[in-house]
Amino acid sequence: MTTATEPAGSTAGQELGVYEAGSTDLLRFATAGSVDDGKSTLIGRLLFDSKTIFEDQLESVEQVSKDRGNDYTDLALLTDGLRSEREQGITIDVAYRYFATPKRKFIIADTPGHIQYTRNMVTGASTADVALILVDARKGVVEQSRRHTFLATLLGVPHIVVCVNKMDLVDYSEEVFENIRGEFTEFAARLRVPDMTFIPVSALKGDNVVDRSAHMGWYEGTTLLSHLERLHVASDRNLVDVRFPVQYVIRPQQNDARDYRGYAGTVASGVMKPGDRVLTLPSGLESTIESIDTADGPVPEAYPPMSVTVRLTDEIDISRGDMICRPNNAPTVTQDIDAQICWMDETASLTPGKKYAIKHTTRWARAMVKGINYRVDVNTLHRDEEATEIKLNEIARIKLRVTQPLFVDKYQNNRQTGSFILVDESTNKTVAAGMIGAVSHGY
Amino acid sequence: MKSHVLSQLRSLEAEAIHIMREVVAEMQRPVLMFSGGKDSIVMLHLAAKAFAPARIPFPILHVDTGLNFQTVLDCRDRWASRLGVQLVVASVPEAIDRGLVQEEPNGSRNRIQTPVLLEALEKHGFDAAFGGGRRDEEKARAKERVFSFRDDFGQWDPKNQRPEIWNLYNGRVHQGESIRVFPLSNWTELDIWSYIEAEEIDLPDLYLAREREVVNRNGMLYEVNEFTPLRDGETAERKLTRYRTVGDANLTACVESEATTMRQVVEEVAAVRLTERGATRGDDKVSEAAMEDRKKEGYF
Repeated sequence: MTTATEPAGSTAGQELGVYEAGSTDLLRFATAGSVDDGKSTLIGRLLFDSKTIFEDQLESVEQVSKDRGNDYTDLALLTDGLRSEREQGITIDVAYRYFATPKRKFIIADTPGHIQYTRNMVTGASTADVALILVDARKGVVEQSRRHTFLATLLGVPHIVVCVNKMDLVDYSEEVFENIRGEFTEFAARLRVPDMTFIPVSALKGDNVVDRSAHMGWYEGTTLLSHLERLHVASDRNLVDVRFPVQYVIRPQQNDARDYRGYAGTVASGVMKPGDRVLTLPSGLESTIESIDTADGPVPEAYPPMSVTVRLTDEIDISRGDMICRPNNAPTVTQDIDAQICWMDETASLTPGKKYAIKHTTRWARAMVKGINYRVDVNTLHRDEEATEIKLNEIARIKLRVTQPLFVDKYQNNRQTGSFILVDESTNKTVAAGMIGAVSHGY
Repeated sequence: MKSHVLSQLRSLEAEAIHIMREVVAEMQRPVLMFSGGKDSIVMLHLAAKAFAPARIPFPILHVDTGLNFQTVLDCRDRWASRLGVQLVVASVPEAIDRGLVQEEPNGSRNRIQTPVLLEALEKHGFDAAFGGGRRDEEKARAKERVFSFRDDFGQWDPKNQRPEIWNLYNGRVHQGESIRVFPLSNWTELDIWSYIEAEEIDLPDLYLAREREVVNRNGMLYEVNEFTPLRDGETAERKLTRYRTVGDANLTACVESEATTMRQVVEEVAAVRLTERGATRGDDKVSEAAMEDRKKEGYF
C-alpha cells in the first residue's frame, strides 16, 4: 500500500505504473479563501509535502523569505503570481496548479476569496469536483465561509471539504473544531450540499495536510491529501442521459475518405454505443449509431469526457450546434431560459431589455433579458425581488428569450447542458455565467 | 460493471482535442505555432487525431530563428510531409536583414522573434494561433487562459482576461485582434513525456541521451558545436547527456542523463527535482518576471 506521505516523484519505478496511459484519474478542485486564511500556505504545503516543488522553486522561495527577514520559509510564496499582484500583495486571478501522487493527478484552481472576486471563484468552481473551503480556527464561520459554500453549491460542486486551519493557534482543541463543525453544518443545511467533510489542519506546521498530526490524537479522520486521493468522484458524472453536442462535422476532402461523414464532439453525459437508436435535434429525425470513431480506431462505447466522432446509419443533415440524444430521453427544446447568473463584467451591468450573444454547448444564439426575478445576497442568501440591475460579482435569477431553440437540462442534473455564457456583442467580453434552473417546454 | 472512468492522460487528450475542434469550428483562420520542440510536436499529434480521417485543417507556422538544431528541422519536415500539412516559415535572420528587428548584444533571438511572429500572423491573417504553453511551466503561465485574447498589437493584458467558465470558450474577436490558444494548458512535463511514450511520438533525437562534448557554464551544460563553440580558457568534457527542452541552439543547455529510451526519460522526469526551464534555459533567467514581460509583448 502506498501512503499519502510518500513523495510523488522520488521512486520512479513505483510511480511509473501510475503514468501508464490507463491507470490514474484526474481530480479537479477549487480553493477559495483570502491570504489571512492561509490558503496559499495550505496549497504550498500540499505541493511541498507531496514533493511536487522543484529545488529551484524552493531555493527561490527560501531566498525571498530570507530577504524579507521571515523566521520561516513562506510557502505561500510558492503560489505567488504576476508581478502586478506581488506589487499589490493580492491575488487577482484564478491560478491553476498541478500535482500528482501515485493515486491521482490533481488540478487546483486557486482563486482569491474576497467578495470582489466572486467571478473568479465561479470560474474555478465551474469545473471542480471538490471545493476546498478554509476556515480560520480562531475566527470560526465568517461571512466569507458562507459565501464560498453558497457559490460552490450554486456551481454544483459535488464535494465540499472544510479545512479548519490554524489549529496550532487554538492549542489543537477538539472543542474549537467541533464548534466550528456544528456551526458550519447548521448553516449548510440551508443549501444543497451533497457531501461535506471537515478536517482540522495547520497548513503552516503541516498537521493533517499530507502527514498525520501528532497533536490531534482525538481526530480519527484522514489527512487532507489522503481524503482527496480517495474521494469517489466517478459516480458524480451523469452516465444516464445521452447528450452529444455536435462540435464539428468531419468530411475529408480527400480521395481516400471521400464518403466519410462523422460528427465530432465531446460526450457531455450518458454512455453511447454503436447500434444505439438516437434522436437528433433540432431536426427531430431518428437514426442509429453506426460507429464511434477515434483516431485510434472505433471504440465500443463513449462516455464523458471522451472526444469522439459519431457516424450514423442514415444521411441526415446535422451541423455544429445540433444535439444527438436518445428518442425517449431528450433535453428540453426551448427558447425561454430561466437561470441563475453570475455577472462578471465590471464596465456594464445587466438590465431588462438588453441583448447578448449566448453560447450553450456548441451553439451560439442571441438572447434578450426578459426580466430579473431576484438578486441573491451572496452573504445572507437574502433574495431582493426589487432589483432592477445586476452588477459585477452579483448573483441573480433572470429570464431570457433566445432567438433560436436551445437543448437544455437543469444545471443540477447536467453541468454541461445546463450551463451557458453570455457575451457582450460590442466588446466580445464574456459577461455572465448562467446555470439553468426551471425548464419550461418550448413546445 | 464498467467503471467509465477516463484515465488522466486520456482526459487531457480529450480536452485538447475538444479545444482544437472548437477553434476550427469558430475561428476564421487558425494556425499552429510549431517550434520543433516536444510540446509543439505533441500538439501536432493531437491535431492529427482531432480531425482524423481528414487532414489537419490549418497550416503550421515556424518562426525560424536561424539558430536551430538541424535534427529539429529534419523532424519538422518529416512531420509536415507525413501529415500533408502546409508549413509556413517566418525567418528571423531575414527580418534582421530587412531591419524589422536588431540582433541583441547577448546573441539571444528569443525576444526579437516576437515581432517576426506578430508580422507573420498579421500577414497571413491568422486570427487564432495554437501554442504549446503549459501552465505548470512558469508563474505567468499559471494564470493564462486556454483561449487567450490578444489586442491588435498581439499584446496580452493579464488584468483584462476573459473569464473562462466550464468548457465554454469565447473566441469572438474584432478585426485585427486574435486569440492564442493553449490546448496543453493542463498538462505537466511528466504528462507530456508519458504521452509521448504511450503514443510513440516521433521526436528529434536530441531528447535522448548520448555522449556529447559539453562545456560547463555557470552550472549549465552546453554542447560544443557551431552555435556554442568553446571560449578561451574553457575545456570540454565528454558526458552522457540529453535535452529536456529545445530552444535556440546557442542558449539551450542539456542535462546529464542515461536515458536512451522514452521509458527511461519518463522515469527520469518522474524523479527529477528541477523545473525544466530552470535547468536548461538561459533565456528565462534574465529576471523573475521575464516571461510575464515577454508574454505581454506578444510572445508565444
